[in-house]
Amino acid sequence: MKPVSDEVRAAADRAARTSYGRLLALLAAPTRDIPLAEDSLADAFEQALHTWAEHGIPNNPEAWLLTVARNRQRDVFKSAAHRTSTDLEEGSAVTDLDAIDPDAIPDKRLELLFACAHPAIAPEVRTPLMLHTVLGFEAAQIAEAFGVPAVTMAQRLVRAKKRIRTAGIPFTIPGRADMPSRLAFVLEAIYGAYTIDWESLSADPDPLESLAAESLYLAVTVAALLEIEPEAWALAALIALSSSRAPARYVDGVFVPFDAHDPARWDPALIVEGEAYLRRAHGLGMPRGRFQLEAAIQSVHCDRRRTGVTDRTALAALYRALVEVAPTAGARQALAAVEVAAGLRRE
Amino acid sequence: MRYTILLHYPELMAAGELDEAAIEQGQAAFHRYAADLSAAGVLISAEVLAPSSSTTTVTAIDDDFRIQDGPFADTKEQLGGTFVIDVADLDAALAWAKQAPSAQWGPTEVRPGATHWAGDSWV
Repeated sequence: MKPVSDEVRAAADRAARTSYGRLLALLAAPTRDIPLAEDSLADAFEQALHTWAEHGIPNNPEAWLLTVARNRQRDVFKSAAHRTSTDLEEGSAVTDLDAIDPDAIPDKRLELLFACAHPAIAPEVRTPLMLHTVLGFEAAQIAEAFGVPAVTMAQRLVRAKKRIRTAGIPFTIPGRADMPSRLAFVLEAIYGAYTIDWESLSADPDPLESLAAESLYLAVTVAALLEIEPEAWALAALIALSSSRAPARYVDGVFVPFDAHDPARWDPALIVEGEAYLRRAHGLGMPRGRFQLEAAIQSVHCDRRRTGVTDRTALAALYRALVEVAPTAGARQALAAVEVAAGLRRE
Repeated sequence: MRYTILLHYPELMAAGELDEAAIEQGQAAFHRYAADLSAAGVLISAEVLAPSSSTTTVTAIDDDFRIQDGPFADTKEQLGGTFVIDVADLDAALAWAKQAPSAQWGPTEVRPGATHWAGDSWV
């Protein structure tokens, strides 16, 4: 048998995680009970191992898993122990699930993302919760990425999941009025998944497995599901363009400062991908938000691969706009540095 | 889901810091708020409390009770009223909480109910 390449394994992992996130979102949305949905889904996956080994893989594995998990969920709802702690609203949720055609499984991951990044969830747990529920990462893996003990992370996740149910945090896509502020939380949480791994990205022998790739996947998923939100496309562009430079960050294990990067090492496919997302964001023709400006800044940097020089005047203009929109200390410092480099300001 | 909206605010009226017009304005705003909740079919109960200067706190001490003048916690903002509502989810409850007249003057807490007494049992 041919050894499975890392790429194939990553693709298989991704497919499994996509399925996991889609099914978990669907099972948890009507009841807001993520732990019950997780248990039901785990049971279904375990049953699949036995049944599929014996009878072969069904035509539509996701529909099979959904049906088994749904039955499991229903059994729990019927059980006396659960009946006393559940209300009519939750009881009717099982009926909602019955209405779903397993051959046309709707995508509720966006609703799950908005629940994970709800303002009523503590900001520091939003990114971990998202990685855990939407992408199926274990608490221990997330703990490692965030540099906290596994037990601590597990406790935070349990608390957050419990809170979604008891506080009544809905699995819904916000209306137009709330969308800008609520989407900002979702995008921030996804960007959080990218930034935690930034330092170790190039030291990672298999970037496909890194959280940078996962955060790009999430950003693209959100952008594609929402279709018309420029900031969502811009975040996808920002992550793709920033990630493109990963191969140049370390040469022979030695860190290379950004200005000394050899642009020939940058990943051209990610640059093309990022530019396409950025055009899409700009094409939606709204005032440029924070992520659009940050992505445009990365685009200017990436253009060094083509032209051999960095357009510092363009950078300065973009940073000035960024400081207007998001006046963070980091943006102000970057603006000052770029104006000095462009000769627009004395040191 | 049932939520209790807990209104906390500084007791300006009790401190005599509000003139007649401001008091009338506040009362009209609370009337509108309750009427809106009621018209939307989500209001279970509404209660505006007398100033905390009139409250009395009972605390068990050994085999007896200590009866004390004043609130349990002496803070700048005091619990001034409660609205119990029944809505679909936290977002709906938060939307109502933001419309509470006192939300302009002090923090508003939105707390889900765990169980409530109906007839002869907790449900």
